[in-house]
Amino acid sequence: MNYRVAMLLALVWLPLSAYVMFRPALGALGSYVLLPAIPSVIVLYVLALRSWRESWVAILGVTLVCFWLLMAVTAPYLPLLDPNKPLVPLVTPGGMGHGALFLLGSDMRGRDVLSRTLWGCQRVLVWGITATSVAYVVGAGGGLIGGYLGGWWDELVSFAGNVFLSFPVMVLFILVLNLLGQSGFNIIIAVTCSSAPVIMRIVRGLALDAKSRDYIQAAQTRGEHPLWIMLVELLPNVRGPIIVDACLRLGYTTVAITTLTFLGLGLQPPDPDWGLMIKESATAALLWKYSYMLIAPALSVSSLILGFNLIADGLREMSLRD
Amino acid sequence: MGNLIIRRVAQMLLIMLTVSLLLFAIFDSDQFREKTAVAELGGFGMATLSDSDYHQWLEKKGLTAPFLSRYVRWLGAILHGDLGQSTEKDIEVSVLLRESLTNTAILAFFVFLIMIPVSLTLGVLAGMNAGSPLDRVISILSVFTTSIPQIATAVLLTVILALGLGWVPAKSAMTDGWSFRALVLPLLTLLLYDIGYLVRMTRAAMTEVMASQYIRTAVLKGLPYWRVILRHALRNALIVPVTLIFLELNGVLSQVVVVEVFFQYAGFGRMLFDAANFGDIQVLQAATLVAVCVAVGSQLLSDAAYVVLNPRVRFT
Repeated sequence: MNYRVAMLLALVWLPLSAYVMFRPALGALGSYVLLPAIPSVIVLYVLALRSWRESWVAILGVTLVCFWLLMAVTAPYLPLLDPNKPLVPLVTPGGMGHGALFLLGSDMRGRDVLSRTLWGCQRVLVWGITATSVAYVVGAGGGLIGGYLGGWWDELVSFAGNVFLSFPVMVLFILVLNLLGQSGFNIIIAVTCSSAPVIMRIVRGLALDAKSRDYIQAAQTRGEHPLWIMLVELLPNVRGPIIVDACLRLGYTTVAITTLTFLGLGLQPPDPDWGLMIKESATAALLWKYSYMLIAPALSVSSLILGFNLIADGLREMSLRD
Repeated sequence: MGNLIIRRVAQMLLIMLTVSLLLFAIFDSDQFREKTAVAELGGFGMATLSDSDYHQWLEKKGLTAPFLSRYVRWLGAILHGDLGQSTEKDIEVSVLLRESLTNTAILAFFVFLIMIPVSLTLGVLAGMNAGSPLDRVISILSVFTTSIPQIATAVLLTVILALGLGWVPAKSAMTDGWSFRALVLPLLTLLLYDIGYLVRMTRAAMTEVMASQYIRTAVLKGLPYWRVILRHALRNALIVPVTLIFLELNGVLSQVVVVEVFFQYAGFGRMLFDAANFGDIQVLQAATLVAVCVAVGSQLLSDAAYVVLNPRVRFT
């Protein structure tokens, strides 16, 4: 994970987040903000193909994830129908296969399923990645402090983590979202509350393990500030397991966000979102004829999560091999 | 080892105390107080209530006393078994909790009954023959099942089994009395995800053990293969999966919220969700406390099991 990859990832994530979270504020700029992200996704994919050539599991995973990333950043530029506007006057709802009009059919309100599926991945990706990143900053920070500084800091950070770990995940989500209201930013807070303790435990274990290494002691002898040691010496050397865990956690967070939207607790309609599509199609899919309304979002969310899981498995395999 | 257990129990009690304080502080905010007032007096009543009357009502409910005294009184009431009254369903919270916990416990019992043998067997089989076709099939299946969210499996299973083939009822509300058939769909939804996860973990542990030196020595010594597996490999490989099974209690409590809400099964998850939607503070508080209790208990059991099963930890 070098600086080039980090910069490309930021180049993808920042425009996408700005587009999804702040679109009303962007105004005219909104239609151009996603343009730098498109070549970044392609370059990322090529880099991943080259460096992960030996593990077909990781290649398959990164293909799935980059496919959805590409869909997310190019959705405004593709010739798709409006995902929110029902074409009810022209076509009966629930109709399938009207030639060029509805490639995947329309849902119960007359909106195009294909365009809703492709637009839906934007929100899931942005809120999922943002929430996991914030959880990582909090969790890794706490873990480094607890693991490296030890003593009183360690007790405090571990205790705070244990308090949050003692809530079942869904209970915590329901509690936080009911307390703070339902919006994407509160989802970030809820995901941080539930994931940060686990991340903190992992990073703390890694930090404790690496604390006795020579380079740490050399830095201490040099008189470096503890914060500098934690960020510059410790963190880059424990990044292997952290990256594997990050991919797994992105998968869990995607499941959590989709489930919350399904329960009605997360992001709000009518913007397209996979959880919402599954909920709406749950009643319509009673007939086999209309089950495509369910299969499209279900397949999409499963493939995204599968992609994350496969990347994690592939990376772990590769790290075990050398 | 007893020392370790005592220390863990003390830590758990401290955590429970902190969590109860946190919960009480959260539900004591003005926003929730107003919600309770609306629930009791009605929206119109609240709107027409003057400030002094509102303050009088608060005093009558004992809500103007200092924070700590109210907290201690609440804690005392809970320890005596008085968990308050549900404003939505108008029955005592403890009665509601007992019914819903029984239902969820039945569901969880069957989940564990099927999940433990199946996933341990599959995981061990996959780990034993690492790299073989059987291993590939099991690994691929387990990665697939953990990638499909439970809402998707729930709807898919409903469409295929209940509506397509008609073998089982589509919703498990059980209004006609108890029926095992209605349990099938929620069971399958929970099982698919949990079995996949546990198989992956067991397989990882088993492959690690099978690659270790002592197993190689045992095989080279000439021990029969089955004896090597049963007597040497399994005892070391199953440490992590067994501790994970205890932690699954915590996970099931979280997954059961979605499954019960979808299948309309009258269990703990649905009660929690309905209470959260309605704003039923007493039920929400009590349910969260119970959930945290179960979670903390499962972590304690898991740590205890790990210490018991792993002699290296026991004697250091």
